[in-house]
Amino acid sequence: MSGCSLGVSIIMKTGEIKPYISRKYRELRILLGDPLLFIVIAIVGISVILFILYPLIKVILSGIVINDRFSFSIIKEIVSSWYLRQAFRNSIIMGVTTAALGTLVGFLFAFTLARTDIPFKRFFNIIAIIPIVSPPFIGALSIIMLFGNNGFITAGVLGLSNVKIYGFRGLLVAQVVTFFPVAFITLKGVLDSISPTLEDAALDLGGSRWNVFRRVTLPLAVPGIASAMLVLFIETLADFGNPLVLAGSRFPILSVQAYLEITGMYNLPKGAALSLILLVPSMTAYIIQKYWVSKHRYITVTGKPTSSAIKLVNKPAKWLLFSGTMLVSLFVILIYLTILWGAFAKVWGSDNSLTLRHFGYVLGVGFEAVLDTLVIAGISTPISGVLGMVIAFLIVRKRFIGRGALEFTSMLSFAVPGTVIGIGYILAFNRPPLVLTGTLAILLINFIYRYVPVGIQSGVAILQQIDPSIEEAAIDLGADSRKTFGRITLPLMVPAFFSGLIFAFVRAMTAISAAIFLVSSNWQLMTVQIMSQVESGRLGAASAFSVILVGIITAAILIIRWFLHLRFSGMQGSELRF
Amino acid sequence: MSVKLQNISKFFSDPEHPDKGVAAVVDCNLDILEGEMVTLLGPSGCGKTTTLRVISGFESPTSGSVYIDNDDVTSTPPNKRDTSMVFQSYAIFPHLTVAQNIGFGLSLRKKPKNEIEKEVRDIMRMTGLEDMYNRRPDQLSGGQQQRVALARAIINKPRVLLFDEPLSNLDAKLREQMRVEIRRIQKTFGITSIYVTHDQDEAMTVSDRIVVMNEGRVQQVGTPFEIYSRPVNTFVADFIGQANFLDARVLRKSAESVDIMIGTAEKNIKSWSGNPEVGDTVKVVVRPESLRVKKSKDKNDGLNGVISTQVYLGPSVEYQIDQKKKTETFHAVTYNPVESGFFSIGDKVSVDFNSAAAHILAEG
Repeated sequence: MSGCSLGVSIIMKTGEIKPYISRKYRELRILLGDPLLFIVIAIVGISVILFILYPLIKVILSGIVINDRFSFSIIKEIVSSWYLRQAFRNSIIMGVTTAALGTLVGFLFAFTLARTDIPFKRFFNIIAIIPIVSPPFIGALSIIMLFGNNGFITAGVLGLSNVKIYGFRGLLVAQVVTFFPVAFITLKGVLDSISPTLEDAALDLGGSRWNVFRRVTLPLAVPGIASAMLVLFIETLADFGNPLVLAGSRFPILSVQAYLEITGMYNLPKGAALSLILLVPSMTAYIIQKYWVSKHRYITVTGKPTSSAIKLVNKPAKWLLFSGTMLVSLFVILIYLTILWGAFAKVWGSDNSLTLRHFGYVLGVGFEAVLDTLVIAGISTPISGVLGMVIAFLIVRKRFIGRGALEFTSMLSFAVPGTVIGIGYILAFNRPPLVLTGTLAILLINFIYRYVPVGIQSGVAILQQIDPSIEEAAIDLGADSRKTFGRITLPLMVPAFFSGLIFAFVRAMTAISAAIFLVSSNWQLMTVQIMSQVESGRLGAASAFSVILVGIITAAILIIRWFLHLRFSGMQGSELRF
Repeated sequence: MSVKLQNISKFFSDPEHPDKGVAAVVDCNLDILEGEMVTLLGPSGCGKTTTLRVISGFESPTSGSVYIDNDDVTSTPPNKRDTSMVFQSYAIFPHLTVAQNIGFGLSLRKKPKNEIEKEVRDIMRMTGLEDMYNRRPDQLSGGQQQRVALARAIINKPRVLLFDEPLSNLDAKLREQMRVEIRRIQKTFGITSIYVTHDQDEAMTVSDRIVVMNEGRVQQVGTPFEIYSRPVNTFVADFIGQANFLDARVLRKSAESVDIMIGTAEKNIKSWSGNPEVGDTVKVVVRPESLRVKKSKDKNDGLNGVISTQVYLGPSVEYQIDQKKKTETFHAVTYNPVESGFFSIGDKVSVDFNSAAAHILAEG
């Protein structure tokens, strides 16, 4: 936008305002000549403002406007509270350490899988995906069951009593297990895109393997590492599930404090102000990630990727990497087996005989929550996916006033912690003109706009691979925007659409941080149910809920994949050619 | 269908430096006649592709107007312009078969299925794609993809056919074959065509007229013959083929011819551009193949030199001749060297030319 206005002033200076205006006028006429495009842009723009920007503005306003007057009194109150200052500090420390450790583990996985020829690669890949497709607090739940006061390892195996797992260390372990896969996926992509010929060239020039890694591979991966760390920082800061279960009262975490302020003290403005404070570091990290790190990427693969003969790692190093990866993997398995066992054990920690009564409880009392979750995720995911593709198309392919703003706003949900969004939705939609609190609609809308960046991201990625002249050819042959999008662009985006759909579905099924503010007695979510089971100490029921949730997600992924294979297997060949 | 460009300019803003615009096309005026094939020729970045995209509607000009058949189409979107483009990357729809690709435009016009099939089969026969009806694009060679792109464009009988460097992705042999083919098909259908290329051989082969562009500006518009033998400036003379630029002084001038002094010889030349006045120093353009080389012992008539390089190409030999005093060099080509004989490096030679093969440039 600033570039635009700068352009005006320069043109005015040189006295060529007329051509500028006539060009803008012409662009507008071309846009109006394609009314459908105009309407779509208008609708998308308005809905994004209403459902992403407006709640955010509400949170900001409620933090600094009291009784219709501008005031910093709430912020002052928070800053002067030792306990809340501590919460801010803890959140930042937890974010930074999780980012560092999670990225390290993610890099270990990514490097081992991309640059060595170890066995069981498929197994490691699956291990690294599991935490992504499960609710974010499973790690915390399992760690309590393993290392807590009644923990299987602490009390059962080691016979310890009075163990303090609540607090920094326990939470850190849970966060790393939960979030290292995010770093893994980013870094695997980065390492795969570093052309092995560069490493070959360096080896050929006489570099030792260690030197090549240190001076070629690692520097080329630095932007990716930085990006992974920033994303992990943002996600940890925003995370709500693990800290609520594991942080404990002596290690306050900001997102949890905001929640407790609202649900415990019924102090909505203070909760909003707390979440506002949370927004500052995560927005900073997001802006650094988006506008600085992503501009410093290296592109080293051009044209056909060369098949890599793996020679960067010698034998001892390879088995060392293998052992490290295996160790982490075994821990992940332990976490999930604990949940599975916990779902069948009569009373965790004291009576480990098997029973089905937790499942009976879930399918009886909790069945409504299962159905509600399926309805909400099932409706919101496809809508979110289509919206994501449309926005991606507009951002990548069309030029219109406000395009940059649309991109920034629609991707905001990546940066804004769910807690902030949830509070924002309460503030924005609990009084006229739009009263939505307590309805299905507020959950649907929240999920649609909260997970739309997933769709946008995969849409943008595939669009950047589709030669724009393919769409131009369709337009040139007489197709308008709708026909070009429907008959050319959309079919080519289908694979990306479905992979975006899978992730959006997973996220919708496992969401908690924003949704916990929006559920009502009519509309319940499984994640929130699991949460309350944990809080009331019913670990067995929580585990059974979790197992069913993970089961549903796995089934959904398999069904979508099977459908894709059935429907589009013939297309894959031509897809890959781009 | 005629195409007319009136005062077209296109500035791009540089997203990194919004205060600095890049002028892609500056004040371009063109008149393209019905049924004509016109080539936009120039080095990369000269604005030829931008000009084509302005005609097709994919870029809107910063100023100026585009007319097709006297209709102002400047703000008409590309899908309503009735122009068809053959893209550099072919832009074949990868998820459609060859027949679906070619019939795409007709199916948009809601033609009945059987008519579409008949027309598609007809055009496929004419473009040499008979057996490809149900093929998928990834099963086609580069040349076949090129034919599909061409067939897809002409089946709609557009008012104007646009080619954006259509042959640049083909190998040399196929390129030569396809440019003859494109010319043949264009003539058969008589569609007004605009063709962008940076390859001068290609431009010479396919065009009725050539538009030479450089740095966003039209340099010269003319038939291939005019462009090659009557260039208007040193850029055109240098860009099209090789050229010797010989210094000369204008002695006399009449309506039909100009007498010049070149070296120690006087020549009467009937072809010039610009406005040579008596006493001016001008450049005389002589193509290498028009430069006659002979062994010489004479001291100095201004066109003497020594052979410094010799490149044998089979049907011809290229020589570079260095002048003794000045730092200038001549380029000469002799054909059929087996009969006409060779010169060796170090030979002292003199060069001469027929007045009819020379052209005077009186610039600035």
